[in-house]
Amino acid sequence: MTAALRFDPIRLPPECEQLRKEVRAFLAEEIAAGTFDPHKPQREDSDNPEFSKRVGERGWLGMTWPKKYGGHERSFLERYVVTEEMRVANAPVRRFFVADRQSGPVLLKYAPEHIKMDILPRICRGEVCFSIGMSEPNSGSDLFAAKTKATKTDGGWLINGSKIWTTSAHMADYMIAIFRTSAPTKENRRHGLTQFLVNMKKPGITVNPIAQITGQYEFNEVVFTDHFVPDDHMLGEIDSAWKQATSELAYERSGPERFLETYYVLTELVRAVGPEPDTRSAEGIGRLVAQLHTMRRMSVSVAGMLQAGKEPVVEASIVKDIGTIWEQQLPHRVRELAAFVDDSTSNHATLDEMLGFAIKTAPKLTIQGGTTEVLRGIIARGLGLR
Amino acid sequence: MTDTDNIVAETAERIFTDLADAQTINHDKEGKWKAPLWQALTDAGLPLSWVPEECDGSGTSMAEGFSVLSVAGRAGVAVPLAETMLAGWLLAQVQIKSPDGMMTVAPANPRDRLTLNADGTITGRARGVPFAKDAKHIAVVASGIGGASIALVDASACRIEAGLGLADDPSDTVHFDTVKPVTMQSAPSGFDQNALLLMGALVRSQQIAGALETMLGIGVTYSGERVAFEKKISKFQAVQHNLARLAGETSAALAAASSAADAFSSGAPLDDALFLEAAAAKIRCSEAAEKGAAIAHQVLGAIGFTQEHILHRYTLRALAWRDDFGSESYWAVELGKLVAARGANELWPLVASR
Repeated sequence: MTAALRFDPIRLPPECEQLRKEVRAFLAEEIAAGTFDPHKPQREDSDNPEFSKRVGERGWLGMTWPKKYGGHERSFLERYVVTEEMRVANAPVRRFFVADRQSGPVLLKYAPEHIKMDILPRICRGEVCFSIGMSEPNSGSDLFAAKTKATKTDGGWLINGSKIWTTSAHMADYMIAIFRTSAPTKENRRHGLTQFLVNMKKPGITVNPIAQITGQYEFNEVVFTDHFVPDDHMLGEIDSAWKQATSELAYERSGPERFLETYYVLTELVRAVGPEPDTRSAEGIGRLVAQLHTMRRMSVSVAGMLQAGKEPVVEASIVKDIGTIWEQQLPHRVRELAAFVDDSTSNHATLDEMLGFAIKTAPKLTIQGGTTEVLRGIIARGLGLR
Repeated sequence: MTDTDNIVAETAERIFTDLADAQTINHDKEGKWKAPLWQALTDAGLPLSWVPEECDGSGTSMAEGFSVLSVAGRAGVAVPLAETMLAGWLLAQVQIKSPDGMMTVAPANPRDRLTLNADGTITGRARGVPFAKDAKHIAVVASGIGGASIALVDASACRIEAGLGLADDPSDTVHFDTVKPVTMQSAPSGFDQNALLLMGALVRSQQIAGALETMLGIGVTYSGERVAFEKKISKFQAVQHNLARLAGETSAALAAASSAADAFSSGAPLDDALFLEAAAAKIRCSEAAEKGAAIAHQVLGAIGFTQEHILHRYTLRALAWRDDFGSESYWAVELGKLVAARGANELWPLVASR
């Protein structure tokens, strides 16, 4: 028989409820002040440095990190509450989201002390934006086929090649990227890649925005031409990025952003059907809410297990697999359910506009941050099939 | 297969392993295994897990009782353990002592109503009552002018029309023709038929999640044994991805069922958030049963479609359990109405309430 899958019934601790109130009040103030419009998810990609700083001032960035680096030594479950409230409100988190979720923890683990002291407090203040340099023109899901080269030079490395589909590179201050430092070996094709911290403001980097089918410009091509990276910007062991890149995935893959990206269409559908829905609408909404509730329970469970020091890698991949497929299908299900709703209701124009955007967004959800196919491969490995 | 959380669940696991081996049961057409299994479960006090000691039960915690149900679901056996537990739980709401022997509950279908007459007798029809034919007693929720009452009824006082569910387990129609109960008490305030159905839905959710765990285990094991095109079929990406999806459905069912069980075990009041937990568990577990059973059968191929193989013991039961105590469609409509009545702005606060 297989190893057991675990989804402990984790509850958010009481301190989370006070925090949730604070976050909601803060977001309500920001909406009232016109910082962002929760009914315009298409603007979520816009850069908002001032909002970012105010989130930092509240102590909601680097929440789980040590205080000496500007962090707040709070729990993953508290961070979870902030993340989900921001996501549901369609708040402009673009500037700080990647740094807070992913890049900061990588620096905490692998960067030398002086770099940690320099950069982490700035992430906590909401001042810096990070991007992640993984995919290349001929290396996407097959991460270890990356060719962009780091060549040893005096006091550092020279980078040549290009990264692609790099989200936020156009506004990023830094990138954490993997570059080839030696050839793969016969025994291990994953060998030879090293993780580096790249200062995007230094010379030798060209960022070319790429238009997406939504009309947004989130991702980019990033070309490196003799870009110099100092020795102390190497993160972790040389040639061993593959070990590092896989260990952080449970954090990246199981968060509320993995099923809430198109959530706004469900709220708007409930508004459109009104307080007395017909049987068809009621059943459709009931099923969607049951599925949403279940995914959130799965996701909170993984967050709780991470907090307890466990490594639920397979469970995290399952959350992302099921969650992203759900958020991808959600606008289509909402569209079906809205088909017979009286279109003179006051919010129908909003619902239609949101649906248009969500349906265009949907295809990317099962691609970004690990495709469905890659995730199922990881789950299959966890089941002992490969 | 799964590490058990407590001694009660371990006991249940051991009894099922010793006395309800799936292969043995599958080949025993006369059901000779049932009596010794029921005796062992009774000796261990499991059927009355949710009955406090002062009502002649085992006084096990709600949480431990739920874990017994997930073990029972994994074993996929056809004895009324879940039904007797549910009946004992129902009677304990009004301190009615549980009698010995197998029990079940009525109504089990949200469309049925049992009426409490002025003379204290009960009238009505309850369809799809699991194991009514095998039960000595039926625990009942009946409604009269003064509200809901909980009653213990002698099964022999009812007319029982035998029926079979998808997995050939008894699913009977029970006719109450002015039946005089053995004992009866007014239900606590706020407790009605709906509360029984919700608890029943939760019980079935645990069992479905358990059955899915076994389906996943059978699928994974088989894929590592069966060779086709000169490879184990577990090496084919298409098969791997199917099993990964089965693991996903199993996970969703486990998470929904264990979260709802935990919420009910905490003794929280039956508010909207608790309703969401129970309804969502039944909806999502039933959906997982449909998808999961289909994948398990696909992986096993023709052999899994035979009476001879044990797979159907879990797939058909999980599919059958969807129908008891309100189907996923029924609960989805109820949940959808609740969400709509609360309004759009109150949806997220409901989802994020725990």
